[in-house]
Amino acid sequence: MGRFSEKDVLLDITDLQIEGYSDETWVPIIKGVDLKLHRGEVLGLIGESGAGKSTIGAAAMGYARDGTRISGGSIEFDGMELTTASEGERRALRGSRIAYVAQSAAASFNPAHKIIDQHTEAPVHYRIQKRMEAQEDAKELYERLRLPNPQEIGFRYPHQVSGGQLQRAMTAMAMSCRPDLIIFDEPTTALDVTTQIEVLAAIRDIVDQFNTAAIYITHDLAVVAQMADTIKVLLKGEEVEQATTDRMLTDPQEDYTKSLWAVRSFKRPQKARPTDGTKPIVSVRGVDASYTGGDKVLDDVSFDIYPGMTVAVVGESGSGKSTTARVITGLLPPSKGEVLFDGEPLPPRYEDRSRDQLRQAQMIYQMADTALNPKVRIREIIGRPAQFYSGLKGSALKQRVDELLDLIELEPSQYYNRYPPELSGGQKQRIGIARALAAEPDFIICDEVTSALDQLVAEGILKLLDRLQNELGLAYMFITHDLATVRSIADEVVVMQNGRVVEQGPKEQMFTPPHHPYTDLLLSSVPEMDPNWLTTLLEERGVDNIGEAAGETKDGSEKASSA
Amino acid sequence: MSDIFKLVAKRLGLGLVTLFVVSILIFFAVELLPGDIAQAVLGQGATEETVARLRERMGLNDPAIMRYLNWLGGALQGDFGVSLISGTSVTEAITQRFLNTLFLAAYAAVIAVPFAIILGVLVALMRDTLFDRAANVLTLTSISSPEFFLGYVLILYLSVKTGWFPAISSLSPGMGFGELLERTFLPALTLVLVVTAHMMRMTRAAIINLLASPYIEMARLKGMPPWKVIVKHALPNAWAPIINVVALNLAYLITGVVLVEVVFVYPGIGQLLVDAVSKRDFPIVQACCLIFAATFILLNLAADVGSILTNPRLRHPK
Repeated sequence: MGRFSEKDVLLDITDLQIEGYSDETWVPIIKGVDLKLHRGEVLGLIGESGAGKSTIGAAAMGYARDGTRISGGSIEFDGMELTTASEGERRALRGSRIAYVAQSAAASFNPAHKIIDQHTEAPVHYRIQKRMEAQEDAKELYERLRLPNPQEIGFRYPHQVSGGQLQRAMTAMAMSCRPDLIIFDEPTTALDVTTQIEVLAAIRDIVDQFNTAAIYITHDLAVVAQMADTIKVLLKGEEVEQATTDRMLTDPQEDYTKSLWAVRSFKRPQKARPTDGTKPIVSVRGVDASYTGGDKVLDDVSFDIYPGMTVAVVGESGSGKSTTARVITGLLPPSKGEVLFDGEPLPPRYEDRSRDQLRQAQMIYQMADTALNPKVRIREIIGRPAQFYSGLKGSALKQRVDELLDLIELEPSQYYNRYPPELSGGQKQRIGIARALAAEPDFIICDEVTSALDQLVAEGILKLLDRLQNELGLAYMFITHDLATVRSIADEVVVMQNGRVVEQGPKEQMFTPPHHPYTDLLLSSVPEMDPNWLTTLLEERGVDNIGEAAGETKDGSEKASSA
Repeated sequence: MSDIFKLVAKRLGLGLVTLFVVSILIFFAVELLPGDIAQAVLGQGATEETVARLRERMGLNDPAIMRYLNWLGGALQGDFGVSLISGTSVTEAITQRFLNTLFLAAYAAVIAVPFAIILGVLVALMRDTLFDRAANVLTLTSISSPEFFLGYVLILYLSVKTGWFPAISSLSPGMGFGELLERTFLPALTLVLVVTAHMMRMTRAAIINLLASPYIEMARLKGMPPWKVIVKHALPNAWAPIINVVALNLAYLITGVVLVEVVFVYPGIGQLLVDAVSKRDFPIVQACCLIFAATFILLNLAADVGSILTNPRLRHPK
C-alpha cells in the first residue's frame, strides 16, 4: 500500500450495515464491511452475485436502492459523513463529486434524449459549465475515449450507437464534472470480449489521466486484475480478504479466494470423432436463414455433430449462434439447406416433425429464470415432457421424475413439489437440464447455459453436463461466447462471425496457432489473470487497433450494434 | 422519416376500412329493426295508400344493397338524406349541433387534459403521500358518480345557491365568446370531472412503471432532484400509454355527452340523437352513429400516430 498515504484517504467506510426488505422483514445483506479508498486508487470489488458488491458501490454514493436501507456504520467521503447528511447534501455529491457507470449502458441511457444532452445534464445542473461549454468538453472526452466521430456521435440517440461505444460514452458522462470518485458497476459484463477490451482500455486511461479514484465492481477476476490496485473479495455481505492486486493473485490467503482462483481449472479430456464410419447425429448442411423479410443472418452454415461429443459454437453476439439453434429445432425454417438427424433429413418446420423427431432436439436456455414457468411445480415441469414423449402416468411417472431429479443431484423428496422461484440460479438451471433429459434425447442444445451463473456454480453445471454425457451418451451443441468454457468442455469448435462459419475443427487445433484472423482476435481478447495482460496486448495491437476497430471486416463496415 | 409516413398511411388506410365496416353495420342494423319504417313513421292510423306512397318516396322498395350504396354515396358527399319527421336536410340539422358538441368537448379538453397530466405527474412525484391518496380518492369519486348527478350537484352549488353561473346552457345567435364560455362553464366542468380521473391515473401509473428502469436510477445517481427525474427522464418515455388514454377520453367527450347535454339543455348532437331515437327518425340516427364512429376512429388514429412520434427509435432510425 506504499503508493497511498493516510492523508489522501478519500472514502472511509467503517462497519457498514445494510438491510434489505424481503418477506415483510428487514434482513441484513451487508454485515459490517470496512473499506478505505485513497485519491487516485482503484479498488476492485469482487464476489459472486448476492455478495453485496453493487449495494456497497451504491452506498459509497450515500444511496440506498429501493427496498434497502443503510442501518449502521459510517460512510465518510472527503470528511463528510454521508449517513447523517441530509438527502439534499448527499444528492449534491452525486454526479458532481461521485459518479456512477452502470452495467448496461444501453439500458442506463435514457432512450428519449440525445447522448450529449444526458452528458451535459449534470455540469449544467451544478452550474459548473454552461451548456455549450459542457458540449465542447463532452466532445473532447469522447475524443480521449477514442469514440469514432467525437464531434458528432453525442448528437445521436442511444439506440443509434453500439453497445461498446455507449459504454464509453457513459464513462465520458461520469467524467463530465471531473469527479473524485467513480463507481464502475460491472461495466463490461454485457459486452463481447472484443468490445470489452476497448472499454477496459478507455476506462483505465481516463482514470489515470485525471487521477480519479474508482471502485471497480465485477465478478470477473481476470478483468479486475487489469484494472485494480487493490482487490477486496466479498462473500454474502462480508469481507473475505483484501490485498494489493499482485499479492492477491499470487498468494491468496483464504480458502474461498483460492477456490475462486481455481475455478477455471476444470477440464475434461478431448474426444475424437469415431473412425468406424458412424454417421453424425446432427448434420447442418449449407443452411441460409433470415428473419421475416430481413437480411440473411445465416450464410451457408455447415457442421456435423457426432454421437457423444460436444461441439462448441462460439462467436460474438449477432454472429448467428442462436439462430442456428433455432433452425435445428425447427423454430426457424431455413431458406436454403437442410438439417439431417442420424442421416435422415428433418422437416424444416417443427410443426411437421414427428414426436420422435421432436424428442431429439431438446434445449437448455441461458436464463433459467425466464425459461421455467414460475407458477408450475417442479414435478410438472419435468413430468410433462416425460408424459408427452414416453406416455408415462401415475406411479411410473413419479418414479421417472424422481430418477431425473437424482440425475441432476437434487434430492427428489425436497424438490418434487416446489416452485422455480424458491430455487437458486444453479438449481433452476439443473431443473432446465432435467426437463431436457425427460424427453430422453440423444442430442441437446445448450444455449449459453452458464453465462448467467457465478463461476463456482457454473463449474458445477459443466461437471454435471459432462457426467450426464458420459452416462447417457449425449451429444451437445454448446453455444457460448466464453472461451474458458470452450476450453474446459468442448471436443470440437465452430467459430461463427456475421452468420458464417469462419473456422471449425478439433479443440486442440483451434487453440493452437495458426488461427483464422477472427479466431485469433477472439482468443487474444479473453482477459487473462496476468495483471500486465492488457498493457501487453495494447502494445502488441496498438491503441487504435483494438476492439471493434480490430474486428472490422475488409470492406470497413461496422459491426452491428449489440444493443 | 419515410418509415413513419408509411406507418401513418397504413393506419389511415386501416381506419378507413374500419369506418366502411361500421357504416355497413349501422345501415343494416337499422334495417333489421322489426316492423316497417314507413308504417312506424306514419303511425297505426295511416291508410294502406299513404304508407305505400311514403315507401315509394323513401325508396324502400329498392333492394337493400342499392339503398345502402345510395346512402353511402350521399354520406361521402355530406348528404345524409332528409329527416323523416321534419322533411328537412339531415346534414343541415346536424351541422350546427355537432359544432356545438365539438365546442363543448374542446372547452372541457382544454381544461381537463393539462390538469389531469399535471396532477398525474404531481401524484407520481408525491406517491404514497397524503396528497396522492386524496387526489386518488377525489378523482375516483368524481368518475364513479353518474354525470347527471354531478351536473345537478354543480347546478345546486354554483348556480342555484350562489348564482355564479347559469344553470341552463341555452345558446343564442350573436352571443359573444366570453358569454359563451360563461354559459357553458357548468357542463364543461362536469365533463372535466368525469374524464380527469382516468387520464390522471394513467399518467401516474405510466410514470411509476418506469421508475424501476436503469436510466431512472442513473438520473438519480447523477444527482438530479426528484421532480427533474420524473419530468425529464420518466415522462418523455411514458407518453404512449398517456396519449392513448387521452384519445379515448376525448372521444368520450364527443360521443358520451348525451346526459350532460340533457341536464344542461345544451343544443348538442347528443340531444338531437336522443330526440331522433325516440321519434324513430332513422336518417338522423344513422348519420349521428356514423359521425360518432368516425370521431372514435380518427382520435384513435391520432393516438397511434402520437405514440409513434414520441418513440425516438421510430423518429430517429439508425
